[in-house]
Amino acid sequence: MKFLAKVIKDFPWFLWSGWGSIASIFLFLAVWEMGFQTYGELILPSPKTVFEVMGTLLRDASFHTDVYLTVKRGLIGFSVSLLLGSVLGLTAGYFVTASVMSRPIVTVLVGIPPIAWIVLAMIWFGLGDMTVMFTVVIASFPIVFTGALQGSRTIEGELKEMMESFHIGFLQKVRDLYFPHLFSYLFPSWISALGMSWKIVIMAELLSSSDGIGASLAVARSHLDTPLALALVSAIIGVLFFIEYVVLEPMKREIESWRN
Amino acid sequence: MAQLEVRELNFYYGFTQILKGINFSLEEGKIIGIVGPSGGGKTTILKLCANLLDVTEGEIQNSFSRSSVAFQDPRLLPWKTSLENIMMPLHVKMKERELQEKATALALKFGLDKSDLIKYPKDLSGGMRQRVSFARALILEPELLFLDEPFSALDIGLKKELQGFVLEACEKQKMSVLLITHDLMEAIKLCDTILLLKSDPGEIVARYTIETPQKERDDALMFERTKAFLEETLIREIFEIKVGA
Repeated sequence: MKFLAKVIKDFPWFLWSGWGSIASIFLFLAVWEMGFQTYGELILPSPKTVFEVMGTLLRDASFHTDVYLTVKRGLIGFSVSLLLGSVLGLTAGYFVTASVMSRPIVTVLVGIPPIAWIVLAMIWFGLGDMTVMFTVVIASFPIVFTGALQGSRTIEGELKEMMESFHIGFLQKVRDLYFPHLFSYLFPSWISALGMSWKIVIMAELLSSSDGIGASLAVARSHLDTPLALALVSAIIGVLFFIEYVVLEPMKREIESWRN
Repeated sequence: MAQLEVRELNFYYGFTQILKGINFSLEEGKIIGIVGPSGGGKTTILKLCANLLDVTEGEIQNSFSRSSVAFQDPRLLPWKTSLENIMMPLHVKMKERELQEKATALALKFGLDKSDLIKYPKDLSGGMRQRVSFARALILEPELLFLDEPFSALDIGLKKELQGFVLEACEKQKMSVLLITHDLMEAIKLCDTILLLKSDPGEIVARYTIETPQKERDDALMFERTKAFLEETLIREIFEIKVGA
């Protein structure tokens, strides 16, 4: 509770420190506008048009269902990979053999491009929810897994010895040593996995689904509706910004204030 | 009377013998120093005595009820503030508020500022970290304190200060100390008995007792004793001091 209060209290300062980012966003918009003036409406609609389209989108009920569907698929996929990756990674890290054996497998998983997984998933599961979620899981799982593996491999022998020299009980060891240490590895990996999930869910939907934001993007493409496509992309980025800067970043600052 | 007794202790890492026939006993309120060159198995003796390694051959009997270790490096938990680090050993054994008061008092006595208490180890200087580490070791009010070269990275002033705290606790609380060091002068300043350990394998080759009480050991006495030690052939051989150097 105290922790939450601190996060909320620090939030205005965090926002104030965001002027630099806001300035760079406006600079980006200016370059965009320049692109519009050079190439015209069809290639690159002006930011104004795009935001207007986004405004109508936001009032559109079918867009709401699309967002809901996409977020749902993304979150389910993310949660599954978070759970699987954390549990398997921590276990694998605990056994030397398992960690040695799992490395090449992880390399293979990371090496296969998500687009290849989508093709396979479409063959295995057909078009629909399952394909999308499967791709999200398979793409973000290795990130969490590697984080968890590294976390449990790197528990410091020296600190463990120090705890033992004070005859610290197992529960306190978990609370004061294992948990903070593992968390410092897990949390960043969860964040990157979340970002990955969000991107993959859109891509998978675009190729394999008839609803969701990704599918709308596919429709916009087939109609050559550039303003709609850009509005969708902006909405996607907006969600990512919200999660990254409003939810995760303040939490991360608080949790990791002990770090250099 | 509580004591730590080590009898016929041998220790091996794989096939390499690290320690051979170690014998000594540490009485209440006394300070024993184990002196020898680096890599000679000094720290292994300490770890065996502190129960951080399992004894395979020989016997260690420890009838002291509480012990703690101050390591060469501070070994603080990076995600805890100084105060929380000091409180750590007693966290489940005492009420939060009392513990906090006790830890604060101890920290202030050890020369930390109030503002240092809420800092994380990364924001403290090396000397400050070692103070925190010492406070953490002493908050338990141990009957037996293991010191593994904890002064070696400190400046002269801080070294003297922390050594003073150790001597004070020995006198007032009858604390016993097992000190590991490669610094002869430090051993002469603090110890009642000095064990000289040769390496490959670690074996006690000489024992020296210093009768003068620690309080009366002034610089003149220390320099004189150190000089006498350095002139001994045995010490020269063990520390591989070249003749004429």
